[in-house]
Amino acid sequence: MLEVGNLACSRGDHRLFSGLCFTLQPGQIMQVQGANGSGKTSLLRTLCGFLQPDEGEILWRGKLVGDLGEDYYAELLYLGHLNAIKDELNALENLQMSAGLAGYTVTEKQAVAALRRMGLQRREHLPVKVLSQGQRRRVALARLLTSDAHLWILDEPLTALDVGAVGLMQELIGEHLSKGGMAIFTTHQPLQVAGVETRQLSLS
Amino acid sequence: MKKLSLLGLLGLVLRRDLLLAMRRRADVLTTLIFFVMVVSLFPLGVGPEIDMLRKMASGVVWVAALLASMLSLPRMFSADYADGTLEQMMLAPQSLSVLVLGKIAAHWMLSGLPLALIAPVLGLQFDMSVPALWILVIALLLGTPVLSMIGAVGAALTLGLRGGGVLVSLLVLPLCIPVLIFGAGAVEAVNSGMSVVSNLSFLGAFMLFALVFTPFVAAQALRISME
Amino acid sequence: MAINWFKYSAPTNFYGLAGKLIPFFAWPAAVLFVIGLYIGFFVAPTDAVQSEAYRIIFLHVPTSILSMFIYLIMAGYAALGLIFNTRLSSMMAQALAPTGALFAFISLWTGALWGKPMWGAWWVWDARLTSELILLFLYLGFIALQASIEDPRRADRASALLAIVGSVNVPIIYFSVKWWNTLHQGSTIKFTGTSMHIAMQEAMFAMLVACWLYSIAVSLARVRSIILERERNTQWVNELKEVRS
Repeated sequence: MLEVGNLACSRGDHRLFSGLCFTLQPGQIMQVQGANGSGKTSLLRTLCGFLQPDEGEILWRGKLVGDLGEDYYAELLYLGHLNAIKDELNALENLQMSAGLAGYTVTEKQAVAALRRMGLQRREHLPVKVLSQGQRRRVALARLLTSDAHLWILDEPLTALDVGAVGLMQELIGEHLSKGGMAIFTTHQPLQVAGVETRQLSLS
Repeated sequence: MKKLSLLGLLGLVLRRDLLLAMRRRADVLTTLIFFVMVVSLFPLGVGPEIDMLRKMASGVVWVAALLASMLSLPRMFSADYADGTLEQMMLAPQSLSVLVLGKIAAHWMLSGLPLALIAPVLGLQFDMSVPALWILVIALLLGTPVLSMIGAVGAALTLGLRGGGVLVSLLVLPLCIPVLIFGAGAVEAVNSGMSVVSNLSFLGAFMLFALVFTPFVAAQALRISME
Repeated sequence: MAINWFKYSAPTNFYGLAGKLIPFFAWPAAVLFVIGLYIGFFVAPTDAVQSEAYRIIFLHVPTSILSMFIYLIMAGYAALGLIFNTRLSSMMAQALAPTGALFAFISLWTGALWGKPMWGAWWVWDARLTSELILLFLYLGFIALQASIEDPRRADRASALLAIVGSVNVPIIYFSVKWWNTLHQGSTIKFTGTSMHIAMQEAMFAMLVACWLYSIAVSLARVRSIILERERNTQWVNELKEVRS
């Protein structure tokens, strides 16, 4: 369970938001809404611990995330604006490397299966630099399939994806929630998970 | 899913950086060519008297090695920063210091180690004696890891800044002076028939000292720079 | 009288306090400068070996001592700012750096002026001068890093880390340079030391205290402008008399 209490955040002299409170239970999904520059990305980065909040606290399973440190990171999967994939490596190597950085190993079979499900069959051994934007995003999203993190923090996961991939994402998030996972995301496109109500959090 | 041990993580980062470097070999070669070029410029600048060249050889090689390793420092974290991999590294459930240590080791293998291996050839240009050449290589092998380690702190502090390349040299070069003094001193000790043990021991001590502290400090610097 | 220190650790309150404190440091500094220079140049006797040229030590020695001292104080403030997240400490570190660099520079300059009549060269690779030069480089690195980061919070924290690494390194550098110097048997600036005349000691002491008070006064003045600059968007700054007029 993720609890956020009285959170305040600013960039430079500019206060983005303050007094932000919410709780996220297993199986719940929340969308962060707001205009450009309202602090959506800053909120997600604060939840990941990249930014220090001005005030307030973030609790994971009842403990401060600052104290949990690496134990919290083990249960967290963050997908930012940047894909975190290397042009020089192929899709398979990229997936295995990012799994390694997240602290676990995946076999080649698991990785190939994940990439196939993301619609990248026969692209596994191509260097990522020859893939299209949407395909690169798919490589990055394949991490969702190999990870067993409980909390997904997704910043604009649907960017550059086609209709089919958006459907696939909805399916993936649905599976994650049904296993007791949680997700927080931002998007400017509609994203509906069948059978689950998406909670809304507005920053203004 | 199998959990990765710390040593496994270290190996993974090392393997990854070396693999990436293999796929863009030009970067490694530029550093090496720069080193060879700078060393070869000195005789042109000061004249070809072999006695003087022999005397200044170790200093010239060391200063050139220092400059060459500065050249490759800005690249240490910048590519990972630009494509978002660094964010993922900060979220690694293991220690970020170990990750940084892996990157430092890779940086050394790609910049320090080649310099140390090619140095004897350059030493011959300066008519260095065979024992002096051996000591030069050993001193470089002990000293260049320290340059990579101190450099990692500088590279992490200047991450993403305008003019970061020059700035990192400005920050790191003064801190590297002890390595230069003892590194070049070792070769001079051979030439003047003194024992090299103390010089090399100091270099070894610097290396151990840096090994204990710099990965942690560089990791803190990365956290500061990512905010 | 108990002083509530925490009250003054907020930049808002410290701004006024610093303004009131400056004259208490600036005036004694000025008086001591005059006294120290007078004793140093008119009262202290001519040195048997170095004749009149030695009188530069009344500037050289205090500035060298303070340039090293200020680096440690600066690193200390920076570390406080990093560990306890107190903005004022980081601002103090930032305010101290230019003064330290200035002292290091004056120390080098006067060392060169002293070297010319002593050894006939403006610059000798003496252990003390070389260390001082490296110290100046460290100051310049600190100032350059602080200046090239726009976000003040990141600038404070990054330069604090650099100052800490630097201060750990300073003894190692000093020791290495000394080792290097003895190996090459360079000349070392030596004081007549034991047989220092009482007036020389008085002048030296007066100059040291004067430089010290000066650096406090000037860094308080500098921290006031740093506070104004960083808090320019806050209400209390806009309500200040000197800002409104």
